[in-house]
Formats: sequence, C-alpha cells, structure tokens
Amino acid sequence: MGKNLMKRKEPLTDTQLLMTITIGIFLVMYLLAMIFLQGGFLHTQQIFDMLNDNASLIIVSCGLTIVMIGGGIDISVGAVTSLVVMSCVLYLNGGGNLFVSMLIAVAIGLCFGVGQGFLISYLEIQPFIVTLAGMFFARGMTTILSVNPQKAEHEGFTLLRDTKIEIPWLGYVAKNGNLVPARIELGVVVAFICIILIFVMLKYNRMGRNFYAIGGNQQSALMLGINVKRTRFMSYVLSGLLSGLSGYVFMMHTGAGNATNAAGMEMNAIASSIIGGTLLTGGVGNVIGTLFGTLTLTTIKKIVVSSGFNDPWWQSITTGGMLCFFILLQSVVLGRRSRKKK
Amino acid sequence: MKTNKKLFAGGLGQLTIPVIAIVLLVIFNLIRDPGFFGIAVMHNNDGNIVLTGNLISIINGASELAVLAMGMTLVTAACGGQDISVGAAAAIAGSVLVKVLKSASAINGGTVILAFCSACIVAMIFGAFNGVLVAVFKIQPMIATLILYTCGRSIAYWINGGATPTVSSPIINAIGSFIPGIPIPTPVLIVALMAILFKLLFHFTSLELFTQSVGVNGSAARLNGINSTFIKLLSFIILGVCVSVAGTIGVSRLGLINHETLLLDVEMDTILAVAIGGNNLGGGKFKISGSIIGAYVIQMLTITLYAMKVSSTDVKAYKAIVIILLVVIGSPVVKQRFGKLVEKLMSNKKTVSVKGAE
Repeated sequence: MGKNLMKRKEPLTDTQLLMTITIGIFLVMYLLAMIFLQGGFLHTQQIFDMLNDNASLIIVSCGLTIVMIGGGIDISVGAVTSLVVMSCVLYLNGGGNLFVSMLIAVAIGLCFGVGQGFLISYLEIQPFIVTLAGMFFARGMTTILSVNPQKAEHEGFTLLRDTKIEIPWLGYVAKNGNLVPARIELGVVVAFICIILIFVMLKYNRMGRNFYAIGGNQQSALMLGINVKRTRFMSYVLSGLLSGLSGYVFMMHTGAGNATNAAGMEMNAIASSIIGGTLLTGGVGNVIGTLFGTLTLTTIKKIVVSSGFNDPWWQSITTGGMLCFFILLQSVVLGRRSRKKK
Repeated sequence: MKTNKKLFAGGLGQLTIPVIAIVLLVIFNLIRDPGFFGIAVMHNNDGNIVLTGNLISIINGASELAVLAMGMTLVTAACGGQDISVGAAAAIAGSVLVKVLKSASAINGGTVILAFCSACIVAMIFGAFNGVLVAVFKIQPMIATLILYTCGRSIAYWINGGATPTVSSPIINAIGSFIPGIPIPTPVLIVALMAILFKLLFHFTSLELFTQSVGVNGSAARLNGINSTFIKLLSFIILGVCVSVAGTIGVSRLGLINHETLLLDVEMDTILAVAIGGNNLGGGKFKISGSIIGAYVIQMLTITLYAMKVSSTDVKAYKAIVIILLVVIGSPVVKQRFGKLVEKLMSNKKTVSVKGAE
C-alpha cells in the first residue's frame, strides 16, 4: 500500500534501512571474529550450529515480528513453547502417534493465539496484560503437567530427532583426519520455510500489508476500510501458531521436556526483533531482519565466550551493551530521517 | 437514576476493578474458611509482641510490590510505557547495600543509612539511564528497559563477585521483620511511609498534574511550558528510589542477597498491579492508591491459592485465570455491553424510578 510511491521518493524505507544496518553489522562482526578469533568461526559448521541451536527462537521471533509490526506485543511465546514441548513429550511417552503429536503442538499454539487475539482485539484489553496472563498460564500448566524433566523415548520421534541433513563439501577435516560433514537439523529447514512464507505474506499478501497499515496508523487503516480488529486478531493467531511450531522444533532439538525450557525466550525474541529493525510502535519491520537479529545476538554470545571472558556475568552484560547500541543507533538514525523529511 | 446508572457502569471510576477484586477475594476466603482473616497476638523468637495471621502476612508480603507499584504508576502515567527492569535494578541496589555493609567494620545505624543511601544513589543512576533513553532518545520504555532487564542481574552478580553474601545484624533483621516494641511488621510501616511521602509530594508540588498532562499529550504539555523531558526523567528517578527501598526490604527479609532470586518476576507483578489498579497502561490519568490496592489484590490471591494447597510452581496458572477474569470484567467493551444490558432492563421501570427520585 503506497509503498511504490514512497520508493520513488526515497531510496530506502525505514524497514529496509534498519534491516540493512543489522545485516551489515552482523557481517562485519562475523568477519572480525573470523580474522581475530579464528577457531570455530572459520568453519561453516559454526553458522549451522547457531541455526541449529536457535531454530525455535527464530520461528518465535518471526511470530513476534508480525505482532510487533501490527503494533502489539506477545510475551507468552516462550511459555507456550515450553508448554508444547512438555505436552508433546508426555503424549509421545504415553505411546502416542508422531503425527498426532505435531497436531497437538499446532493446536496448543492456535488455542493460545485465538484466545489472546480475541481478548486483545475484540475486547480491547491491553496486549501486555493478556499475553502476560497467557505466559503465567502456560508456565503454570507446564509445571502442573510435570515438575520433573521428561525425556522423549518414542521410537519414531528419536528417529526424527536424529535425522540431520549432511553436506559433505561444507564440512571440515577434524584433527584425527576424518571428514566431519556439515550438519543441519530439520528444525532449521522448518524455520527457513517459515521465514520465506512470512516474508512473502508480509510483502505481497493483502493480509500482510494490512499488518503494516494497522501498525503504522490505526485510524488511517480504519478509514481505508481495513478490518482493524480482524487483522490484529490474525496477527496474534499467527504468533500463537508459530509458537506452537517452535515448541515442536525445540523438542526436536533437545528431545526432552523441562519446566524451565525456553526460559526468557520471550525477551530474547523481542531483542532479536528489535535488533532486526522492528519497532515496538509498529509499522516497521521485516522477518529477514529478525533472522539476522537472532544471528547477531548469538554471535555476540559466541564471541564473548571465545574471547576468554569466562565469568558467567559477561555474556549478558555484553548482550545488554549491544542491545543498548542497536537501540540507540535506531533511535538516532530514525530521528535524523524524520527531521530531514520535515 | 443517574447515580444508579453510573454505579452499574463502573461508578467507582478507576477503583472499580481493584475494589471489586478485593471484595470478591475476601468473600471467597470467608466462605472457604471463616477464620482466614483472624489476627493473633504472639511472641516471636526474639520475645517481641507481634501480630500474626493471614491478613498480616498478605499486607506484609505485598510490601515490595506496593512500593514498586507506586513508582511504576508514575512512570506509566508519564511515559505511557512500563519499566521491566525493576527486578534487576532491585537486585543491583540490594547488592550495593550488602557490599557497603560488608565493607564497614561494624554494622550500626550510621552504616545502614550510608549503605541505603549508596544503594539509593546507584538505583537512581540506573533509573536516570533508563530515563535518558526514554525521555531524550524517545525510545519506548519497554525496549529501553529491556537493556537493564537483560544485564541487570548479571551486574548484581558482578558486584557480589560471584557469591551470595549474607549480612546478619539486629538492625537489618528489624527492617525485614519487626522493630522491638512495635507489633506491626516493619515493611508495612515502610509502605505507609512511602505512601505518605508520595501524598506530600503531590500535595506540595504540581508533579501529579504535570505527569498527567505529559502522559495525555506530551507535545501539548510542552507547548504549555511543561518540560516533558524532565518530567519523564524525574519519574524514572523516583522509580529508582522505590526500587532501592524494595531491594532493601527484600535483602533485609532474608539477610542475604541472591542476585538470581531477589524479587524474581516482580516486574510482571508490578505492571499487573498498576493495571489492576485501573491505570491506563498507555499513560495519562493515574491513581497511586489504585496501584497499591492492586498490589494487595495480587498478594491476597497468591496467599489464598497457597492456603488452598496449590503448589508454588502451579500458582501462576490459577493467577492467570483470575487476571483474565478481572480484565475481562474491566474491559471497556464488556462494560459498555453490560451497561446497555442494565439500561435495557431498567428502561421498563424507568418512569417509575424517575418519579420516585423526584
């Protein structure tokens, strides 16, 4: 909507500008790490490991990005992920069907999405409170299901969990002379399919454009004839659905249900989205940016660890510092642009 | 007739939800166990005469939350957003408090005051950091405070040097539990003191009006000669003071600082208290009394659930259900529908009641 018009006037929209900055910083950071720290950073597997470990975070962040573009917030995503993992593991250990477990994961996510979306968009309750309640509910349900960690021992599932895509030519030769092929987990494939689908939806689909419209200016969107309530509802439904999916991917990565699974994931997801150039005020954002946001966040942590700061507090202090840097950068860049426009 | 209608459509104004919630909880508890709110006078281990009972433990347990909710209300009203770093900042303040106390040769009244002042200053500096991000750089409060939320507890860990130091002193003990000779728990007195301070602040300055006008429309307030940047910054610094008070209470209760568990998840409860208090989370009009009642609602709910033998990890799920019920009752759409329904029911008797009123 009106995007082509804007393109002619300006070389880059806010969304594209912020995304470009993030991708640029990520590449520079990774290159510097390759030059100065070497070690694992020279292997392709490092990137794949980052993706393998964070596939579920990427999926959750994509859902959050959609909600944030629409001007809302969803902090229940981490807790829903944890609930999905626990329920699926318990179902599978009780002799369940693999396919049904996937359906359960998606259904739980959908239930949360529909419930929260209804409360937020049709009853006009503040999203923070509703999703906070959703988070409490999901966390509480997880411990009600089981306080103790549960390991999935379903045969079909273990097969699925251990299935990895191996790419020999991207591998490296280990010290003992064996070729270690690069490994990618199935979760990463799922995450990338999600990213592509959401990217296409946000760019070319009417619903996707509507998210930007209601996030940018709700009043104008209403006057343009957009069903604001339904659009907002859909954003939460999508976010819920993706957290359900992320739960399954999380389970495929860890293979066990634990009450503390995905603790703090909601804040990591918000941080990834912000670093990726999504604004909490809505109307600006992109899932590709979010992907790089997640990768940037992980790279910072990896760099801290491999630079020898072994004290446990350095990781989060540097993450906080980087977050501060990105947030200030966005504020300054956008502030200068808006002044120029005037 | 008019008052009648108003009462049904939320006549108590902002305080409708918190008051209804507290009344419902009290009734529920009285039905469940008539002796639930009984207060007993007992001698504690130190030989002091103290009050005990569920009611006292509710009021006592909600102290930190109430103090934080007061400051959070101000931030919410001025900036239209919430500070999610209060728990982490309280951990930092607590660590500074313990660090200063530990470095002193003997713990007496003077060192405790010195330690509290340094904790207060540190918390105010971190508050100012958040405030500058929000007021000067125009970043949404939740994102700006996400920075401190991410790294705050690690900074506290760093201050402690990777340990969880303990302090034992009769003064710290008195702050956390009872002052000899006074049967009321000290944290309750601190909450009362903070509430009085806020009342005095609003009475003698125009802060309340200025905060509201900045929250309703920042640029209009600026055009009217109110320094909105300063008001926002000030609200965060005041929250910093509240955070240090809450941190001090938290540390004094246990006599140790644990950076991981001190006031864990308190930021969510605080925001909830502000919301239950009927304050608009988008800024503008506010009532500190509402937030304080909100804090007690949350604590009463928690204690009620504990009394019903719900385990501490499962409490969250039930809490969520109650929260949803409360906000659904308080939601503008439901209120409107309910108001219309009541009007419809009343319309049959309308003529009669109007005649009766005149």
